[in-house]
Amino acid sequence: MTGARDHWRKQPFISSPVVRYGLYAAVVAYIAVTVMTLPIDWQRAAQGLERAGRIFGGAFPPSFQRSGLLIDGFLESLKIALLATVGGVFLSIPIAFMAARNIAPLPIYYLGRAIIVVARSFHPVIVAIIFVKAVGFGPFAGILTLIVYSIGFVAKLLAERIEEIDPGPVEAMKAAGASFLTTLIYAVFPQIMQRQIGLGIYQLDSNLRASAVVGIVGAGGIGATLANAFGRYDYDFALAITMVIVGVILISEAVSGAIRKRIA
Amino acid sequence: MLKIKSLVKRYGAGDPVLKDLNLEIEGDQVVSVIGSSGAGKSTLLRCINRLVEPTSGTITLNGTDFTALGKRDLRIARRRVGMVFQSFNLVDRLTVMENVQSGRLGYISTWAALTRRYPKEDIRRAFELMERVGIAHYADKRADELSGGERQRVGVIRALMQQPEILLADEPTASLDPKTSEQIMVLLRDLASELKLPVIINIHNVHEAKEFSDRIVGMRYGRIIFDDLPGALTDEAMHDIYAGIPHADRQVEGKAA
Amino acid sequence: MEQLALQEWSRYTPQQRFQRYAWFALATLVVAWALASVNIVWAWVWDAPNQMGDLFGRMVPPDPANLDQILSALLETVNLATIATALAVVLALPVAYIAAQNTTPNAVTLWIGRFILVSSRSVNTIIWALLFVAIFGPGVVAGIVAIMFRSIGFLGKLLGEAIEEIDPRPVEALQACGASHFKVVLYAIVPQVMPTFFAVSILRWDINLRESTVLGLVGAGGIGVILQGAIDTFNWQEVSTVLIAIIVLVVTGEVVSSYLRRRIL
Repeated sequence: MTGARDHWRKQPFISSPVVRYGLYAAVVAYIAVTVMTLPIDWQRAAQGLERAGRIFGGAFPPSFQRSGLLIDGFLESLKIALLATVGGVFLSIPIAFMAARNIAPLPIYYLGRAIIVVARSFHPVIVAIIFVKAVGFGPFAGILTLIVYSIGFVAKLLAERIEEIDPGPVEAMKAAGASFLTTLIYAVFPQIMQRQIGLGIYQLDSNLRASAVVGIVGAGGIGATLANAFGRYDYDFALAITMVIVGVILISEAVSGAIRKRIA
Repeated sequence: MLKIKSLVKRYGAGDPVLKDLNLEIEGDQVVSVIGSSGAGKSTLLRCINRLVEPTSGTITLNGTDFTALGKRDLRIARRRVGMVFQSFNLVDRLTVMENVQSGRLGYISTWAALTRRYPKEDIRRAFELMERVGIAHYADKRADELSGGERQRVGVIRALMQQPEILLADEPTASLDPKTSEQIMVLLRDLASELKLPVIINIHNVHEAKEFSDRIVGMRYGRIIFDDLPGALTDEAMHDIYAGIPHADRQVEGKAA
Repeated sequence: MEQLALQEWSRYTPQQRFQRYAWFALATLVVAWALASVNIVWAWVWDAPNQMGDLFGRMVPPDPANLDQILSALLETVNLATIATALAVVLALPVAYIAAQNTTPNAVTLWIGRFILVSSRSVNTIIWALLFVAIFGPGVVAGIVAIMFRSIGFLGKLLGEAIEEIDPRPVEALQACGASHFKVVLYAIVPQVMPTFFAVSILRWDINLRESTVLGLVGAGGIGVILQGAIDTFNWQEVSTVLIAIIVLVVTGEVVSSYLRRRIL
């Protein structure tokens, strides 16, 4: 060891200075370029503050006068979420089996994975727009949307769970000469049921949140009520709806958390 | 000189953990504090630099009454008290050098701390001390890559970087194997005499306490019941220190439990 | 479903079995209620497969005529998500700091912090976007601010939890050294939350990429604007091109973010 050294510098995360400063420069350049090229209308944005004042002024105090409309909207959201969860969780089962590498033959596996990727890639709002165009405005489009949304999440996790199952019982069943379906029912289902119910409850909570959103593009529920209130500049009613949505989401989160804890 | 006078520490409404404690430490003595768990050793040590706020009493280090200091002054005063911990209390994800230099955090500017541009003399001192204990080649390693003994050496150096007037060690060897534990004790003793530094060590291992210290303080239930040279620690004295609840305190302790 | 499990005779006590039946009956009842009362024209439902097939038929083959416009909108979407995530990360730091029990200065700030987190998290990005489009007018600004508002809650919550879970012992050690509060945060807390900070930021970027594809539908910029335009003009072949572009974007984002997470941690 040398004698007393008096110089020390922390070793940088990226050791090569060229790469390091290159990266810094690239980040700075990226931010500069994007901020410059974003089509931001500063004048319009500046006016926004005044507009914000008007909106918030109009929103306070929140108006619960049309609470009938509010309750109807919510009940519809709840129904949409419920039916979509049931539909989604059931449909997820065959799709998950298709997308499980240890069960499905390769072509079917790819098909299953593709369904999941597509379902996951599209934000529910996009799916909702398409369904609204295909089957018309209203809760039916909402249910279809959230079924797709549920499949994206539940089928993915379920497929992963199926890939992790204990192969012992499956082999035992096959050895006993059971058919493919019997094997599934007796050796695989018991291993995934618990998980599926937990996922279903979680998904119900997610769907309730999402149903508030898909309504904005016409797929029924409280979201439609909210979008209408916004469109008619009824900001006080919009605030009331938003407050109730927040409240319901918090409650639903707490309830679903509590139920899942009890089941697990 | 460290002077502790009528120190009382009470948590909540319960029985005090420290009961009217008096202690004076002079020169470069190594003082070991022994006693069973719950005797108040750790609380005593943490009251000295006010990591634990004393309920009453005074603690004076070389003329400064620590108990009377405001927040800002306390921070400045804490630089003068080095502390070594049972679980080393290093920042795992920082390098050894950063951990060592964090002992200087009370002195250096925020900018220097943020950019890791430590003063030249601090770096020189750090390398000297690290070489003294044989960890200089680890300067750029992350603290969590080191073994327990090496980590405790980092902990000791961090405390010494403060240029303290006293060193407090709270069970410094309790997380180490016997051999490493002895090395750390040797180190603490030698550094104390090299740097003319008084050291207070909380320790469970009575054998080590007797071997490495100049003076032994025995605590039981918040009181000092033994204070003498290691040679005077007879079996009988040991028995008193580690025996059950003393008669006078029995009732209250029973209630607390 | 339940019956399958019940065939294993020793699995449940009679009381448990009764409870399970009760829950099952309750669930069935609720679903039946929803099914019976939901406002659906059943004739449309039976016609839906036809309609879907028809729509799909009009979507193929995808029409790449507007590809350059779509690609530049895609780039705008990425930029929007990235800038908004970066801003949100910066703003989430102080919020996380005051929303964590062990670093918040006092009870008032703790509640302010929690209030910010809850209100940000409970309102969906689209609803934020509606609000900001109303304020700033249609455009990217509204989109960036909307994504930012939603992300602050997400990032702040996870970072705050990471701060609450740090090892407190280094903090004690640095306090004993006489380090100021800010330096203690810098040396003992920041290094401990760093991994979570990166992981959470990357994760949120991935989510934001997905969310920013729909902002345009409420007028808040990005690829959604083109999608909405194509839908409004019944240009279904362009719609399918946009949809494919979105899949490519989202899947790429997922690959990039999982690569970054592995790289950094």
